[in-house]
Amino acid sequence: MSVRKISAPLSDEDVLMLHAGDNVLISGVIYTGRDAAHEKLFKLVEEGELLPVDFSGQMIYYVSPSPAKPGKVIGSAGPTTSGRMDVYTPALLAQGLKACIGKGGRSQAVKDALVKYKAVYLAATGGAAALLAKTVCQAEVLVYAELGAEAIYRLVVENFPATVVNDVYGNDLYEEGRKRYATND
Amino acid sequence: MREVDVAVIEATVAELSMEANYNLGDDVYQAFKMAFSAETSPVGKRVLAQLIENAEIAREEQVPLCQDTGYAVIFVELGQDVRLVGGDLYVAINEGVRKGYVDGYLRKSIVSDPLRRLNTMDNTPAVIHLELVPGDRVKLTIAPKGGGSENMSAIKMLNPADSTKGVVDFVVEAISKAGSNPCPPVVIGIGIGGTFEKVAYLAKKALLREIGSVNADPFYAELEREILTKVNKLGIGPQGYGGRTTALAAFIETYPAHIASLPAAVNLNCHAARHKERVI
Repeated sequence: MSVRKISAPLSDEDVLMLHAGDNVLISGVIYTGRDAAHEKLFKLVEEGELLPVDFSGQMIYYVSPSPAKPGKVIGSAGPTTSGRMDVYTPALLAQGLKACIGKGGRSQAVKDALVKYKAVYLAATGGAAALLAKTVCQAEVLVYAELGAEAIYRLVVENFPATVVNDVYGNDLYEEGRKRYATND
Repeated sequence: MREVDVAVIEATVAELSMEANYNLGDDVYQAFKMAFSAETSPVGKRVLAQLIENAEIAREEQVPLCQDTGYAVIFVELGQDVRLVGGDLYVAINEGVRKGYVDGYLRKSIVSDPLRRLNTMDNTPAVIHLELVPGDRVKLTIAPKGGGSENMSAIKMLNPADSTKGVVDFVVEAISKAGSNPCPPVVIGIGIGGTFEKVAYLAKKALLREIGSVNADPFYAELEREILTKVNKLGIGPQGYGGRTTALAAFIETYPAHIASLPAAVNLNCHAARHKERVI
């Protein structure tokens, strides 16, 4: 199994190197955002307004962490179910977003948009939130502080582990993995 | 009558909220280790290794296993020879949840209204299931329930003619459809019988069983084995990346049914299968 190290900003060339099933270690900046933040961003895109974050080449992580204990950078911080963001994702990919990180399957519309805009969908291990939090070196609220844990944070991570699920070639690890290990006897 | 002060219940609920979220049950931890040895998928093995390490970090640092510290689902078995003093039981339980979630740095995931969606900021109210039992003890069980797996649960009013096969097919289909979403490897809670609302409760209650425990009824023990085997042939695997470990256990709870009905329900728990209990 190959392990690739990636960092934002990601170029088309970077993304073309990634294949479904690859393990990646992410370092550098990632932005958080889930249901409520996506709804706000989507509205801005629809209204033709400027987004509060320039997502071109960037990665967005679907997470709302638990509160940080004193002395910690962040609380436990694993991915939430990505499917709920499906309706908003193609619009953000059109804005130049290069990777989203979550868990669970995506809609066909999202998979098509990943191919069209040359971007990838990465999954982190759902529920491994204490482990994933250890890779976060910095966390600051960037916008939408009023959303609490759902605010958009700017995180700096080091060797955050994830797996490529959907690549720019239309492959889907969930579908392929399942086919490989299913037995009918 | 034995008197129990609700302040004791409040303090216990607060402690259990934290304990359940920080300390994965040893039965689940051991199940991860067994699954790690048995799993043939390399990417599945990597996930299981992460889950083992994650449980160790959470226990060591006393931080939540998962950032989704759940809806506080609380089962109270109240002995009928207990007289509760010092206040309202429901208020005390909710106060315990508030304390546990605020003081324990647990995430506040509850909105006060399902459609208008304003966060209550203290994870209250709890979902409380109160049952009156013989004796003079109070048994409290907290089972924090994450949203991802809860959303993949299902209920179906089958026909009696659908019989055992109908139930098995319904359960396997629910897990097949859920795929990677409920954070596999999952624990499967199955309710069979009763009425529409009763069967959902049974499925939830089934999730409280220890992994490795065998159903007291040999017929259902066999059915649990059959369902677990079928589910693990789906190939979904840890986190849905493909593999043999889609579920760690299947537990069935039953209740008598109406001559016209065969209700069935599946409640899925993610691998962070959390529950802690204490008897007062």
